[in-house]
Amino acid sequence: MHPAILGLLTIVIGVGACVGYFYFSNLFLDKVLFPPKGPNAGRNINRANMIRPWLFLLPALFALGLYLAYPVVETIRLSLTDRDQGGAFVGLANYSQMLGEPKFWEAMRNNMLWLIVVPALSTAFGLLVAQLTDRLAWGNFAKSLIFMPMAISFVGAAVIWKLVYDARPPGTEQIGVLNALYIWFGGTEPQQWLTLPFWNNFFLMIVLVWIQTGFAMVILSAALRGIPEETVEAAIVDGANPFQIFFQIKVPQIMGTIVVVWTTITIVVLKVFDIVFAMTNGQWETQVLANYMYDKLFRASDWGVGSAAAMVIMLLVTPILVWNVYNARKEMR
Amino acid sequence: MDNIAGTKSSLKWAAQLSVVILVGLWLFPTVGLLVSSFRTADQIASSGWWKALFAQEKTETYRAADPSEQVQQGAVYVIEGQLFDAGSGAVISDFATSSREIGAYQAGEVAELKDGATVTVSEDGHYRMESPVPFEGRGQRLFVTAETPPEFTLDNYRKVLLSGDSTDSLAKAFFNTLTVTIPATVIPIVVAAFAAYALAWMDFPGRALLIAAVVGLLVVPLQLALIPLLKLHLAVGIGKGYLGVWLAHTGFGLPLAIYLLRNYMVGLPRDIIENARVDGATEFQIFTKIILPLSFPALASFAIFQFLWTWNDLLVALVFLIDATGETTVMTKQIVELLGTRGGNWEILATAAFVSIAVPLAVFFAMQKYLVRGLLAGSVK
Repeated sequence: MHPAILGLLTIVIGVGACVGYFYFSNLFLDKVLFPPKGPNAGRNINRANMIRPWLFLLPALFALGLYLAYPVVETIRLSLTDRDQGGAFVGLANYSQMLGEPKFWEAMRNNMLWLIVVPALSTAFGLLVAQLTDRLAWGNFAKSLIFMPMAISFVGAAVIWKLVYDARPPGTEQIGVLNALYIWFGGTEPQQWLTLPFWNNFFLMIVLVWIQTGFAMVILSAALRGIPEETVEAAIVDGANPFQIFFQIKVPQIMGTIVVVWTTITIVVLKVFDIVFAMTNGQWETQVLANYMYDKLFRASDWGVGSAAAMVIMLLVTPILVWNVYNARKEMR
Repeated sequence: MDNIAGTKSSLKWAAQLSVVILVGLWLFPTVGLLVSSFRTADQIASSGWWKALFAQEKTETYRAADPSEQVQQGAVYVIEGQLFDAGSGAVISDFATSSREIGAYQAGEVAELKDGATVTVSEDGHYRMESPVPFEGRGQRLFVTAETPPEFTLDNYRKVLLSGDSTDSLAKAFFNTLTVTIPATVIPIVVAAFAAYALAWMDFPGRALLIAAVVGLLVVPLQLALIPLLKLHLAVGIGKGYLGVWLAHTGFGLPLAIYLLRNYMVGLPRDIIENARVDGATEFQIFTKIILPLSFPALASFAIFQFLWTWNDLLVALVFLIDATGETTVMTKQIVELLGTRGGNWEILATAAFVSIAVPLAVFFAMQKYLVRGLLAGSVK
């Protein structure tokens, strides 16, 4: 069968099954199990209302449990077993093997660099654009152009930036912007930017900053709009200059939002995979955790160490997870 | 607020200028890809794309027609021809017959060759060689400096979309991507909408705990899910394929879907729902007749997120979809392959990449309002 027809069928069957499930399970509850009439009407209504939420939640809970909660547990288990020994329990052997690999430490170092640089630059640029466009007549237009890379896939972005970093042999005309500028400013040899150890990490990070700045800008822009005008007016009356207004009046008031933006981008950074995979594949000392893990899982077929690497990513995410849950609960009260 | 004290006009101008520069910086790489996708391989390799927008002067080597095409006109043997393709619009400034003396003759001048032969090249690329004795050997080489106007071509798109060439053609991958994307967008919405309604408007023990769990699952890296779920899929017989990738995307998209939709539904006016309950509507009716239509903005927000995410995804497709035959390859995967095998063929790469980002960009510009709204609601406050 043609996949497109299969896809259409899946939509119809999937959506039909979902809606059918919800409809008939509710019907069953109301008409057969606990009908809201007869001598026990009141009791039945209460019982039906106790069961109904779970009917509504069941498919979602099932999918969440199977696709997100179960893997966490299973990954912990896999990280403690060895595939070659038939899944025997090996304790922390995978972890110690991983900690003994220079590639792992390279990935850790790079991930830490990413964690510092990308959220910082994205948030800073986002805040800058949000502030600059705040009272601009064509601000919305400018914002939507800077926001645009959000829609572009990491792979597409990788191609776009590879063209920027392209290098041609010395003496020929450079078709990569960066090398063209480098030569124009008096550089002698065109550089293979992506193979310069250490610095190439930054050239990869720029790609993610380019994508994430739009996100930071949108959120921070809304936050800036939400600042009460009186506080700004009062500062102006007191003779504050525009920089003082920005740094001492506005920024402190949106600090909470800045933290949110920062942590959200941090999570994106921890999972960053496609950019490195498509641009350098971790060569020339650009390895990151997610790509290291992919290497272990699907190239070396070492599920134990791969799972251990996944657990490291999970461990790094956990503080943010706890913080988010804590905040969400606080907000609900 | 425009004329208040403290807002200097010089500062305003600086702000305007900075925004122009920033927007330019942000657009520049993408525009480069777009322009490159309309250029031929030779053009891309010989000059930066930013020069493609202007006429440029370059020196190229051509070879005049083979001596076998010469004709005898009276006492002289003549070879005539045209160096450029019809309609190229290039204008020749000078030419030479040897690579050591480029620019030796102005267009229209007569250059001496050996044995009394001469050649002349006119501005439009027409050349005429004359000789008292028959020409021999290979066609004469001509080194021509010409001013070429900007030139763009749709050939790359024809090749990438229509050629059917198995490595370059994206047509199949395009439909595969579409096949992955649409069910993977629609199904989580349906599942999440019901769950979100229950979490927003029904009272039951454990509700707060469930909401907290959803918030927590929001950030669980999907890397953790790869191996356990692939093993599971293989064990239950789904294997690698569309069904697996649809299920995976549904699972991974649900936390955000539930979170966004619940936050939105909670904000709906309580009166409407209570009135409906008093009027005897069942919960199912309230949900389909009242909640769903009112939640359209949130549904649209999530639909865009999920669409962009599934369309642009590489990792999930690599793990759950693409098998050894490569029949089900998606565009992102094919572009990564092109990067490996055709790293230097920018015309194919640029065009393929642009085809893959065109759809998300169209969705983005058409529905930006909902995307922004979703982002604002989706970031945990």
